Amino acid sequence: MSFIVDYYNYWVAVFLMMAGFYLVISAGNLVKKVVGLNIFQTSVFMMYITMGKVSGGSAPILAEGITSYSNPLPHVLILTAIVVGVATTAVGLALIVRIKRAYGTVEESEFEDKEDLI
Amino acid sequence: MPELIGLVLFSMLGITAIGVIVIKDLFAVVMLFGIYSFLSALIFVNLDAVDVAFTEASVGAGISTVLMLGTLALTGRKEKTHTHKSILPLLVVVITGAALVYGTLDMPPFGDPNNPIHQHVAPRYIQDSPQEIGLPNMVTSVLASYRAFDTLGETVVVFAAAIGVLSLLGLPKRDRAAINSGLKQHMVLRVVAKLIIPLTILFALYVQFHGDYGPVGGFQAGVIGAAAIILYTLVFGLPNATKVLQPTLLRGLAALGVLIYCGTGVAGLLLGANFLDYNPLASDPVAGQHIGIILIELGVGLTVFAAMLSIFYAFAGQAERTNIQ
Repeated sequence: MSFIVDYYNYWVAVFLMMAGFYLVISAGNLVKKVVGLNIFQTSVFMMYITMGKVSGGSAPILAEGITSYSNPLPHVLILTAIVVGVATTAVGLALIVRIKRAYGTVEESEFEDKEDLI
Repeated sequence: MPELIGLVLFSMLGITAIGVIVIKDLFAVVMLFGIYSFLSALIFVNLDAVDVAFTEASVGAGISTVLMLGTLALTGRKEKTHTHKSILPLLVVVITGAALVYGTLDMPPFGDPNNPIHQHVAPRYIQDSPQEIGLPNMVTSVLASYRAFDTLGETVVVFAAAIGVLSLLGLPKRDRAAINSGLKQHMVLRVVAKLIIPLTILFALYVQFHGDYGPVGGFQAGVIGAAAIILYTLVFGLPNATKVLQPTLLRGLAALGVLIYCGTGVAGLLLGANFLDYNPLASDPVAGQHIGIILIELGVGLTVFAAMLSIFYAFAGQAERTNIQ
């Protein structure tokens, strides 16, 4: 049981990463590809936050009577990464809107010219 | 017990991801992705990362869902089914996944206080930051002071992303008044929105100025403030919203936020310290840190607020243009 508890979070992070990867390489719809990229990204967040946790620790906010805190550094990195992730997702979605306007479709299989394939 | 909750939440997250892969209706996919974000926020709380959970709930579940729905409004909600299914992607994914799972076995066990990650800089942050910076929230201390240079980079990325979206989608035209814009005909929505919007803005201000003590800060405050205006735009229409907050003003605010951030750094330089060192800003180093952190949190909040709202305006303007055509 302890073996599973020790590594379960990492396995789920790998599973989510692969789910996102699968969506990116197999989905035909560009919006779905962006959702896949986001899932891939959150899997990395999970991995970092998992590593920062200390068993029996508390959230890293100073309080009376608490001696053990979880590591604040991964929290800082991931907090800013989430905001940046949404900003870059917005750029991706804006590109999709432009592709729709230029080609009339967001399905990979429907681009007429083979050179337009993404 | 927290471990058990973690196991259940992580399993639910995996199931949601499978749902996202299988479902063809993109509207349902985006909604599922919102659920996925809220589940992630719960996991972050369970893993002691309350700041991250707050950000994920407001940014991941709020703003990105709205933006994806805005894109779907322009591109259609059905995914086409493929006639030929290739086995190759699945094969690639399974092999990569197996290699990565094999790799995780070399990871240090979950939650052990003796893991390498807890031995390097973390003890300094945990033991010394309350005295050096004078803030109870260590995440804010690290974000705004020890690693302020990183945060500056991230703020600039948000700013650059807003510029990118604006140059891709163009600016909303102000004079083209669409009469049917928004959901004004729904009385319940109108009344509830009017009740909620002032409270949301008040909450955003609380989040902005309480970052020193609680699990909050400029990033979250900017997003919550933007969410209030986004709600206003959805209910009362884009023309009304742009009358209240003009896109030109927003672009100015986004630049002003980055300017305040960099200005605080340069002020430290001029007073004879390093870039983004706040100690000389006041006679007492801890008071200097306080001033510096409040200033750069303000810069971050302004930039994030203005950038998120500009991005939303750009998407909403596109949708409105399509409706008119």
